[in-house]
Amino acid sequence: MRDFSYVRADSIEAARKATALPGAMLLAGGTTLVDLAKCGVAQPETVVDITHLKGLDTISVDAGRATLGALAKMSHVADHAGIKSHFPAVSEALWQAASAQLRNMATVGGNLMQRTRCPYFRDPSNFSACNKREPGSGCSAIGGVTRGHAVLGTSQACIAMYPGDLATALVAFDATVHLGQRVLKVDDFFLLPGDTPEREHDIRAGEMITAIEIPGSAAARRSTYLKVRDRQSYEFAAASAAVGLELEADGRTIRDLRVALGGVATKPWRARAVEEALKGKVLDEDTVRKASGLAMEGAVDHGANHYKIELAPRVVARAILKLGETA
Amino acid sequence: MTVHNIRHANTRHADSRHGDASDGAVGGRLSRVDGPAKITGAAKYAFEQQLDGLAHAVMVEATIAAGTVRAIDTRAAETAPGVLLVLTPDTIMEIKGASDWLGNPPTQKTYSPLARTVTYSGQHIAAVVAETFEQAVAAAALVEVSYDETPAIVDLSDAKAGDGIPIDVMTKEWGDAEAAFAAAPVRICAAYNTQREYQAAMEPHGLIARWQGEELTIWEPSQWLDGMARTYAEWFGVPFENVRLVSPYIGGGFGSKALALAHSAVAAASAKMLGRPVKLVLTRPQNFTSYGGRAATRQTVTIGAGRDGKIQSIVHRGVNETAVDGMWVEPLASVTSIMYATPNFSSKQNVVRVNTVVPGAKRAPGENPSAFGIECAIDELAYEVGVDPLEIRLRNYAEQDPEAKKAWSTRQLREAFAAGAERFGWSKRSPKPRSMRDGHQLIGWGVAAGTYPVRRAYGEAIVRILADGSVEVESSSIDMGQGTYTILAQTAAETVGVPADDVVVKLGDSRFPRAGVAGGSRLAGVMTGAVYKAATSALDQFVGLAISDPRSPFHALQANTLVVANGRITAPRGDGPDVSIAELLASVGRDRIEATGDTMPANSSAEDRYKNYTTIATSVPHTEGDYSRHSWCAHFIEVRVDEDFGTVRVSRVVSALDSGRLYNPKLAESQWKGGIIMGIGQALLEEGIVDRRHGRIVNNNLADYLVPTNADIPDIEVISVGIPDLHSSVLGGKGVGELAIVGVAPAIANAVFHATGKRVRDLPITLEKLI
Repeated sequence: MRDFSYVRADSIEAARKATALPGAMLLAGGTTLVDLAKCGVAQPETVVDITHLKGLDTISVDAGRATLGALAKMSHVADHAGIKSHFPAVSEALWQAASAQLRNMATVGGNLMQRTRCPYFRDPSNFSACNKREPGSGCSAIGGVTRGHAVLGTSQACIAMYPGDLATALVAFDATVHLGQRVLKVDDFFLLPGDTPEREHDIRAGEMITAIEIPGSAAARRSTYLKVRDRQSYEFAAASAAVGLELEADGRTIRDLRVALGGVATKPWRARAVEEALKGKVLDEDTVRKASGLAMEGAVDHGANHYKIELAPRVVARAILKLGETA
Repeated sequence: MTVHNIRHANTRHADSRHGDASDGAVGGRLSRVDGPAKITGAAKYAFEQQLDGLAHAVMVEATIAAGTVRAIDTRAAETAPGVLLVLTPDTIMEIKGASDWLGNPPTQKTYSPLARTVTYSGQHIAAVVAETFEQAVAAAALVEVSYDETPAIVDLSDAKAGDGIPIDVMTKEWGDAEAAFAAAPVRICAAYNTQREYQAAMEPHGLIARWQGEELTIWEPSQWLDGMARTYAEWFGVPFENVRLVSPYIGGGFGSKALALAHSAVAAASAKMLGRPVKLVLTRPQNFTSYGGRAATRQTVTIGAGRDGKIQSIVHRGVNETAVDGMWVEPLASVTSIMYATPNFSSKQNVVRVNTVVPGAKRAPGENPSAFGIECAIDELAYEVGVDPLEIRLRNYAEQDPEAKKAWSTRQLREAFAAGAERFGWSKRSPKPRSMRDGHQLIGWGVAAGTYPVRRAYGEAIVRILADGSVEVESSSIDMGQGTYTILAQTAAETVGVPADDVVVKLGDSRFPRAGVAGGSRLAGVMTGAVYKAATSALDQFVGLAISDPRSPFHALQANTLVVANGRITAPRGDGPDVSIAELLASVGRDRIEATGDTMPANSSAEDRYKNYTTIATSVPHTEGDYSRHSWCAHFIEVRVDEDFGTVRVSRVVSALDSGRLYNPKLAESQWKGGIIMGIGQALLEEGIVDRRHGRIVNNNLADYLVPTNADIPDIEVISVGIPDLHSSVLGGKGVGELAIVGVAPAIANAVFHATGKRVRDLPITLEKLI
């Protein structure tokens, strides 16, 4: 870990200003920043501590929307009665993320800034080629150990998987992220790697996440997050799905459906093709399984991660069918 | 030095005892006496020592897997803030070669813990010592190394790996296995693979080294104080007595912490060069490359049998990986050759050199992968002949050691099968694969057996009866969580006749009476024996004084013996004085009684003793004399496999185990459960994944190298079926710690087959192998 300056921000305005300092990084829960600093990836010149800012950890929920302060802890949001009743997928995604210790430290704003677990990205001393870390240096993952890498949204420059759970649920329900002047859809806040994998978020100097807003909907109320992995706890998803379902009054025709995938893409991945294919259809197993295959449109594997292409549609189908059963 | 006084440590709750004083005696369920110190944080581990003037060392590792170091540019590092010393192969002080753990003399006059020739990625090539840890880390990043790289052999499947080196001493043959196989009406043949696994102890490796003149003190987690102290003494050319190793607590070892390693030499050398104490703690990634985990193995098991499933022949071929510059043999036929009766047997083993750190011991080296092969193969045979997997094991039950042709000292394996099957409900099993389900979950039941030999070695202890009536035990043996503090307190308490509360046990300091390695599940048997002997001798002295000293209140009684119980001494028929131990010692004017006991052959020379404690050359073979001595177990395991996702969850475990007499059932059960949990990890999760282009393990941290979490572990039921085995140890116990992992992975693989109809012979059984 390199030496750095430490600044404790005493207001949101001061924190925003401090982000414009050269090499500045915000410190909230620290679960990503400290980890990446220890493995030599994050080398902040200035650490701007925002943990003492007042009023940024509030959680307010009603039928119309949920507003999560950027500094709300993952565990608090997961356990919030309003989140559990109006946005169960969000609560479930958080419960299945990381470990209890990490969820107690990590904030939801910081969680959106979580970076990939690509082992090549995380080991600069052994793998100098990483376009995400050093633009133009190449990609060590392509041709290497790829079991955990993305099959959707990849580019020649980067196949690193987005590892988070919360954002997958947020993307499914059209959540927005508040950055100060700008308010972006979470789906737009995360960027595809393309030729610039070093840019993961649409956030600018002088901006800071202050809140996440999730619009309420019938689909969000009847929603779930299904995470599949070899280890039952404390592992990133092999594939996951955030799904919300609204049925017509007949109790069998799909009026609204939201599907987003985790563990398979370079960013939280909204599977609109699945949604469109099923809206207006009668919910039955064959239809759902067939449509779920559309989630993998455009998927490209790199050998060891091929299983994700088989697995992810099954996860989507199971999640939709499970919601269909819980009338 | 660490003291555990049960009186203070073991807060009594009504439910912590079984209602009588037996908890404090051998065989009682006394809770761990070191537990409260660990829970409250009072226990001070090696790296927590606060020393004046402590400097911090950080290792610099090779980033290639094979080649030579062309140059190391240390200029930037040397001028970085706080830097005290930058060590390279050229600048580190001369270190002498040391003999190996078998006691073989060094092959080289000098030892370079920093490599010029690189044989694996992560090998230590330089080190930086600075005033603070952060300064050392920052400066280490400034060390510039250039290499001449050569092609590496990445692992056993590398095309360049070849067939390897035959290890002739591993060959076992009787009968004519090939011919019997060819003639057998039923034949099965399959290949089984286990991957590179790591001990992944919570506490990393590392040490603090301090020189005071020619005296070296090392605070380092250690499974073998005397063996490691010898290595340091030889490296630095000082007498063995000048090295003091301190290791009161160990945060998990699992076989990895028995040897002084390259980084240990670097820390001790830099402390000497600087004249300051130096602390060096390996990073988590370095814990995957600075010492070896379990070697990857490949086995082919061929069984010829009759249509009734009776085995006629076993042909076994095994390979394990080792390092380019070090030899590790993982004995792959150790279970194969003894588990089942067979008139014909053949086993051969090769090792293949690959570019890795030399593999090492991880819980039940040898037996663990060996059981994966034979215990899956016999399951395959069971399906082939249509016999229940439990029944086929009984049909082939070995009534004596098929290899040594000797009687078992004790073998409660039949009892283990019966007790486990009964408790598990095995008779309700539907034999057909894929015939049991619960919604999307395919349910499978599997069984497998395990075994571990009784390794016997030597230990020494001192027992003191003190003026206040308490008893003190000292030994340089260790407690890495298995319960040494507790069972030695129980042994001394029972033998002397005091409450366990009145016993203080001190371990983990090489200045205490000596002990061999805490490995191979031998320490409990060895040390209870030594403490029993020392305590018996102290008691004899004490009673002798009471009878013969004219000042003793018992002197006039003219008794031949006296009774010591519950801290008091009385006449045998209760017709004399009744005084406390403290009162008697006071009456005869003694402030203590002291005796040493050991498990060595009588009239051993000083040299024999030194060798016995500092090498493993003198371990007693488990087939010495008329008997073959082993622990045994049977695991019954239920898995649930998601039919869509291929995820495997263990939902039920019932294991019945024969470890002979248990010195403390509560602690033995805990160790068994730990072994079973580690076996679940091996079966389903653990695998060092190597980048084939770089020869480097990439999942070198605890987020990516998966070990089971609580959520992965169901309730585990363990049943003791052992009986005292006095051929195995002084007090009748056999090995505990390593036994229970043996057979878990095959029981799970067999259960997965039963659930899915798919035979996975390649661990770990990850989801992509089943979807």
